[in-house]
Amino acid sequence: MIGATFRRITPQLIILGIVLLLNFLVFPGFFSIEFQNGRLFGNLIDVLNRGAPVALLSIGMTLVIATKGIDLSVGAVMAIAGAVAASVVTGGGGWFTALIAALAAGLLCGLWNGVLVAFLRVQPIVATLVLMVAGRGVAQLITEGKIMTFLNEGLIFLGAGTILGLPTPIIIWLAMGTLVTFVVRRTALGMLIEAIGINETASRLAGINSRVLLLAVYLISGVCAATAGVIVAADIKGADANNAGLWMELDAILAVVIGGNSLLGGRFSIVASLLGALIIQSVNSVILLSGMPPEFNLVIKALIIIVILVIQSPTVKHALYLLRASAGSAVPEAHAVGPRNSPAKETRS
Amino acid sequence: MTETRKPALRATAIDKFFAGAIALDQVDLTLYPGEVHALLGENGAGKSTLIKCITGAYHRDGGTIELDGSPIDPRGPVESQALGIGTVYQEVNLLENMTVADNLFLGWQPMRAGMVDRRRMNRRAAEILAGYGLHIDPSLLLSSYSIAIQQVVAIARAVELSGKVLILDEPTASLDREEIDLLFSVVRELTARGMAVVFITHFLDQVFEISDRATVLRNGRVVGTRKLADVTQGDIVELMLGRHLEATKRKSQQTEPGDAILSLKDFGKRGMIDPFDLDLRQGEVVGLAGLLGSGRTETCKVIFGVVSADRGSAQLRGTPVRLSSPRTALEHRLGLCPEDRKTDGIVGDLSVRENIILSLQARQGWTRPLSRSRINAIVDEYVKALDIRLASPDMPIRLLSGGNQQKALLARWLATEPDILILDEPTRGIDVGAHAEIIQLIERLCAQGMALIVASSEMEELVAYSTRVIVLRDRRQVRELQGDEITTDRIVKSISQGESAA
Repeated sequence: MIGATFRRITPQLIILGIVLLLNFLVFPGFFSIEFQNGRLFGNLIDVLNRGAPVALLSIGMTLVIATKGIDLSVGAVMAIAGAVAASVVTGGGGWFTALIAALAAGLLCGLWNGVLVAFLRVQPIVATLVLMVAGRGVAQLITEGKIMTFLNEGLIFLGAGTILGLPTPIIIWLAMGTLVTFVVRRTALGMLIEAIGINETASRLAGINSRVLLLAVYLISGVCAATAGVIVAADIKGADANNAGLWMELDAILAVVIGGNSLLGGRFSIVASLLGALIIQSVNSVILLSGMPPEFNLVIKALIIIVILVIQSPTVKHALYLLRASAGSAVPEAHAVGPRNSPAKETRS
Repeated sequence: MTETRKPALRATAIDKFFAGAIALDQVDLTLYPGEVHALLGENGAGKSTLIKCITGAYHRDGGTIELDGSPIDPRGPVESQALGIGTVYQEVNLLENMTVADNLFLGWQPMRAGMVDRRRMNRRAAEILAGYGLHIDPSLLLSSYSIAIQQVVAIARAVELSGKVLILDEPTASLDREEIDLLFSVVRELTARGMAVVFITHFLDQVFEISDRATVLRNGRVVGTRKLADVTQGDIVELMLGRHLEATKRKSQQTEPGDAILSLKDFGKRGMIDPFDLDLRQGEVVGLAGLLGSGRTETCKVIFGVVSADRGSAQLRGTPVRLSSPRTALEHRLGLCPEDRKTDGIVGDLSVRENIILSLQARQGWTRPLSRSRINAIVDEYVKALDIRLASPDMPIRLLSGGNQQKALLARWLATEPDILILDEPTRGIDVGAHAEIIQLIERLCAQGMALIVASSEMEELVAYSTRVIVLRDRRQVRELQGDEITTDRIVKSISQGESAA
């Protein structure tokens, strides 16, 4: 079980290692971590901290994609959640009320997406596009078109505080990742989600309640997005309806893809997606630390991502497999690439 | 006589390994010009693997292939096509949304001044197809013609492009008798021109009808090549199975059916199946007979709630129930093995283990996962009881052969311990051995007191195990046969006479 999980995430671990090494090459102090004022400081900590929003989004996105769906609305849901949290505290509410309200908003958004997809059978990409566009409008209505700032210590703590020396966002995404992984793998939820992603008709005929499961994954995605939205708002001490989570849905999808999960649905690994999110953040970090002019950022990021995806492509994977097989001495594997006129009779036992 | 001629294709000592397993072991195949050569074997015997090695779709691990005496080494279907080996698959591999002529000439269209010369293309296409006795308008969309005609277009394309060896992989699986005749006349025409044809099928009657010789594969080895004029069907079946298959015959007296379990009154769905009454008792098998589209599958679907009925009532042991979805049917201890295994049955990328426990888990709900030990016990039990052949229960179910997939699906439903099991074409497209095992299983389950509804197009099969046979025609039940009335003759008569027999 553990072995299988490890094998599954090996490519992501290797890529993450390489990108972190790149960081080290452009900035030798990358791996140093210091403890000051009761908080850990260092570039590595920054990667984990800055990567929190995409990591959170990728948790829900993994499940949605496993059902053959996609959730384009997560960026907009972040904006809505941030706006809701901000308006609660500016209206005199406590941080906890604000958090609950934001999560409820996320659930509501997930419910909207889920009903469209599971019950009205709208294609996921279209269904969630609606909220992607409309969501930002809703957020602007809540903030009344301006950046709604706040000074509530409790809320700010969620984005900028520390627990046991670690920035809170790191704790939050680790906790959320563990919780969701635990829930889907310790119950039958994960398998049933994979089943409907692979073959929904057959799953329905096998008696699986695909509607409820589809609804569930969009709800989870909504909650993950809302959490990310609260963190982003808390970090800048304000809700920016226009820019919070902008284009972040694409990073989340990318994280899932880098995590080796198929956009066609089916088998999924949340851990791999989280590693994917960290890889993206590490790439951002390389560009930042290398001191390259900022106008190069997007192009370089695209190039690095292309390299990562090519490495993971089935063709390259197969070539690597053959390379390994020819290096090894196992008979059947050697046969797979061995010269075809090899005396088959003698080598077979 | 043929042996004195030079072979068109000679494959010698072909080996193929898959991750630790031997798929082909020193397989030889020789084709002579002008012969139809049947390639036979149970599912998983290596027929398709051999074909793929010959066409280069798979990279063979050993052996040589000679075409007209000179060694060839195709790297893929395109290359082997150029060399002269054409392949036509069961599912027509053409583009339905293009015209017949487009399909025939795709990739080698006649050109004029850099543009496709449509007029010449259509004229040539008509000429070519006329050579096959097919007088159709090649400028119409391919989808406007029947599957049989599409098959012939596929063959024509393969012949035009290749012309030496034609491989037909289960071409008749979805054709009716007339269409098969059309196909066979085309094949005879081609062999008369000197082509060598490889014919892969599960239908032995057709093998004897059209083929000259047959090579039988078992577990990746050739167990024999026979001239069909010298052998009987029994000989071939024996070669395929390595054992005698006792003729399925109707048991004289079956166990007395018990109490009524399911009782449907005036049950139906508009546009799918006319209202019908059905009383199902414990320990009986109700066979559903009829032609394709007669309402067999529809009856199964409407009972299981795949499509919910829009009229009538259902009672389960005297209590009224609504069978509105597969989920509720599952809760009421019904099970359905659907007709189309691939699209409606298996969840391909999940493991065999997960596929087997899927319905049981679905009924328990996601919050109450089956324990690992319980899962293993269930999977072990059914893999053994149904003799599901697999390398490991953790392998994706799509890698199993058709017969083993079907058994795994049966295991899925048996694991839910159903009272009523509906089987829609349980033996379609599976090999002879698994076929016999599934029929035995149906009889065993029935003897244990389960109630079964089995829809099948194979009448001998229905005769063998049914307590009653309901004959359907034009989406209506036209006749019910009981006891000694159940013979293939009577079923055929009822189907053809329709309501006059009712």
